[in-house]
Amino acid sequence: MIVKGGVVYDPANGISGEEMDICVEGGKVVEDAKGEEIDARGLLVMPGGVDAHSHIAGPKVNTGRIMCPNDGRMGIEPRTDICRPSTGYTVPNCYAMGYRYARMGYTTAFEAATPILEARHTHEELEEIPILDKGALTLFGNNWEVMECVRDKDIGKLAAYVAWALCSSRGYGVKIVNPGGGEAWGFGANVKGVKDPVPNFDVTPAEIIRGLAQANELLRLPHSIHLHFNNLGKPGNYTTALETLELLKDIKPSRERQVVHVAHMQFSAYGGTSWRDFESKAPAIADYFNQNSHATMDLGQIIFGNATTMTADGPLEYANARLLHAKWSNHDIELEEASGVVPLIYGRKMLVNAVQWAIGLELALLTKDPWKVLLTTDHPNGGPFVNYAEVIALLMSKAKRAEEIATLHEQTSKRTTLMGIDRELGWSEIAVMTRAAPAKVLGLKDKGHLGLGADADFSIYDLKPEQTDPAKDHQLVKKALSQSKYTIKSGMVVSKSGRVLTTPSGRTYWVDASLSVPKADKERMMVDLKEKFDRYYSVQMSNYTVQDAYLPHPMVIRPRLFDTKAATKEVA
Amino acid sequence: MNHEDVLCSFCGCLCDDIVVEVEQDQIKRVRHACRLGASKIMGHERIRGPMIRRNGVLTEATYQEAYDRAAEILQSARHPLLYGWASTVCEAQKIGILLTEEVGGVIDSTATVCHGPSIIGIEEKGLSGATLGQIKNRADLIVFWGCNPAEAHPRHTLRYSSNACGRFTPEGRAGRKVIVVDVRETKTSKNADKFVRINPGEDYQVISALRMLLAWKGDLVPDEVGGISKKDLSEVIDTMKEAAFGVFFFGLGMTHSRGRYKNIDNALSLVNELNAHTKFIVMPMRGHYNVAGIGQCAAWETGFPMSIDFARGSAYFNPGETSACDVLSRREVDAALIAAADPASNFPRQIVESLARMPVVQIDPYENPTTLIADVVIPSAIAGIEAEGTAYRMDGLALRMKKLIKSPFPSDEEILKGILDSVRLLRGCKEKSREA
Repeated sequence: MIVKGGVVYDPANGISGEEMDICVEGGKVVEDAKGEEIDARGLLVMPGGVDAHSHIAGPKVNTGRIMCPNDGRMGIEPRTDICRPSTGYTVPNCYAMGYRYARMGYTTAFEAATPILEARHTHEELEEIPILDKGALTLFGNNWEVMECVRDKDIGKLAAYVAWALCSSRGYGVKIVNPGGGEAWGFGANVKGVKDPVPNFDVTPAEIIRGLAQANELLRLPHSIHLHFNNLGKPGNYTTALETLELLKDIKPSRERQVVHVAHMQFSAYGGTSWRDFESKAPAIADYFNQNSHATMDLGQIIFGNATTMTADGPLEYANARLLHAKWSNHDIELEEASGVVPLIYGRKMLVNAVQWAIGLELALLTKDPWKVLLTTDHPNGGPFVNYAEVIALLMSKAKRAEEIATLHEQTSKRTTLMGIDRELGWSEIAVMTRAAPAKVLGLKDKGHLGLGADADFSIYDLKPEQTDPAKDHQLVKKALSQSKYTIKSGMVVSKSGRVLTTPSGRTYWVDASLSVPKADKERMMVDLKEKFDRYYSVQMSNYTVQDAYLPHPMVIRPRLFDTKAATKEVA
Repeated sequence: MNHEDVLCSFCGCLCDDIVVEVEQDQIKRVRHACRLGASKIMGHERIRGPMIRRNGVLTEATYQEAYDRAAEILQSARHPLLYGWASTVCEAQKIGILLTEEVGGVIDSTATVCHGPSIIGIEEKGLSGATLGQIKNRADLIVFWGCNPAEAHPRHTLRYSSNACGRFTPEGRAGRKVIVVDVRETKTSKNADKFVRINPGEDYQVISALRMLLAWKGDLVPDEVGGISKKDLSEVIDTMKEAAFGVFFFGLGMTHSRGRYKNIDNALSLVNELNAHTKFIVMPMRGHYNVAGIGQCAAWETGFPMSIDFARGSAYFNPGETSACDVLSRREVDAALIAAADPASNFPRQIVESLARMPVVQIDPYENPTTLIADVVIPSAIAGIEAEGTAYRMDGLALRMKKLIKSPFPSDEEILKGILDSVRLLRGCKEKSREA
């Protein structure tokens, strides 16, 4: 396949709006190819979109579906010769997830949180999502074995456990959600900050985060730790965010990437002492990111309208439900995690929501380096992913932002700095935030760019960058980016102008770091594990691990063996 | 040969520590299972081969003939019902859903006459839950309301709830309080510290009284509610508040007494409110080993957990209109496929009569009353013994069922694929003839 004459934005390869041809063969970008020609003359071409933080599969997504049949009624599409029926807006069924990402020009999406114990369910759903390449991050922040290794300052054993658990859950990376808070929630409590000890375990969230970051680097995992801060969603929590980031400053990354990726930064950039004097602290957070380079973030942008919040942060969801008198589901997972689901509506005239909306945009616009900022809505917590084009249009046009602000609660501009920001992002920056940076942050070397050998995943939009001024024509930008003219996945046209043409199965990425683990560490760890299964788990160890049958299309990443001596020195 | 850590395919406990001794592809002995589970695993008289009803009599047929006849029935029906699914694995359920889409039918599970009201309650309020291991390790108060695990889920108490030992519950039963609420004494109530015997059909009132007491509105509560004195009710709510980690297990005593989903709604609300005082969770005692699985599987495939109608090509969910009993009682469906269930024994009589009037395809390892009204009978391998696959425990935990012995019968999954292929072939022929 040859795509002719597109205006290509491929920031990873330094290409910014050059008219060029892209040749594809065997699912990869190659130098020269024959066959089908696609006329993309003058049209915007970018690598396929990569969503590094989205809740697309697993028990909590399904809980959202079950408790919100009203949501299922939105977005109903009948079956076609090619597609299964679609339902849902904030919590679509699996098929709709695949179709809608593909229509938008996205070809990769990662589920942001799965407990090890329930990973089988996550993979059952991931496998049903057509077209996309995907993966799932595994939860570690409230795990008994993790906390005990950290308490005993045995990072070698912790790394052995992380490797075992990634393998067991067929997970891609280390996710940490409200570390220690989920364990405390087991008895209805929470932790108040990174120095607040976790009940019954004699560790602090700070120690858990540092320990897991060290283990992550010891194993040379492709992705860094992926962190949902303590105190998320609370007024005044920006101090917790900054304090946590400081904790990780001295840790050396084992690869060319960040040491920590902050999930949905918007929810942790809050000032004020209560909801009454709630305000944006995005400028302080952006400043920190501008001055430091060990962290990246995704936005968690708010979209007005319906959302279904779902997170492993169990106490947060309980607080949401109490505050909003909303229906509430909770699901604690033995020895490992908590979690909760609360549907809600973000209102333009609700001051808190309007400020939240502004914070997301402020973060993206005030952080100078787009490589540090991934565009997400933390689907479906901030809103469904189908609205990414709306966020792109907002970031590219000050005029659109002004139009929107005019419809919000009148105090919004007093609580944020958004009105005063002139920056308007260009196509290269958008391509970084939605393609190149998420791939880099996740450590997916064949994604997010169109260099030779890259996966032939890209999107062509019905928009001529040379004739469009996104600052003025924001409606056109939103329309064009909502629906690609062509989405090409592994060299196949999967969607054309909103019509899904074919639904191949995508691959599931997971990381097998077990080879990186010294035998002695593994043996010590297995003694602990055996005891945990004998005494505490409600299942047998042999039934715990996700079987290969659940990943019929696996893509296994095996990090290089690490140098044990150097690693020990670094930890010491 | 011994198979270790086998999963039991009987009830929603999905015990995974069973040892099964197999000799020459025959199950000889089952260890660790309860009597119900052991008897299921040991097995009994099976349907010997596929049958098709000809001139009113079930006569032997080949599998292919049975698939073709089943496909004809489904394809020629105006609106078929595909029902059951609780006693088979998710892999089969998925094909069942696809088949329903392709024939424009309505799919429903046995939850509709079981914990369906619980799901509707969850739609109203959400559910504050946990995995069973969380209960084993933490709970110091167990409430069994309208359920009788001692007889229906025999290993539940020892493995997961009142008698289990865990990290923060090293004393097991001795460190716990157990409250049983029921309309009669049961084997479970004999193990209780407090047995609260309520009047039949008055669960809603009793829960409401507890909620009033919890909300400091006790002065509005009458001296007696549902047959329980106010003093006893106060004692119950105080025990709940004082627990460090309480669990509210409920069964069909609540879903199928007066009030139905409203009882569940009320119980879920009570548990939500208790969380302002302490940690409290709630869990339905699901019956069949994978009835939770069809709910999960249907939710991710279609967006809805049960009672889904594909007549219009898209998924439409409205229990009360699209549930199996409703479409049957209105005679809205005109053919049925029953997989891994026995509606003839469990549905109300009028509805069974309605079912008996239409062509019925049955997929099941065993003969049961539904066989008597079936027009096509397709015997299958027993999932979890003769076929692999996924099942969801009552707390929503997915586990993989094992294949222990070879079977002369195809699995549910293979049978459904066979029928789906025949349906596609039939439709292909029809479309071709239309084009011509």
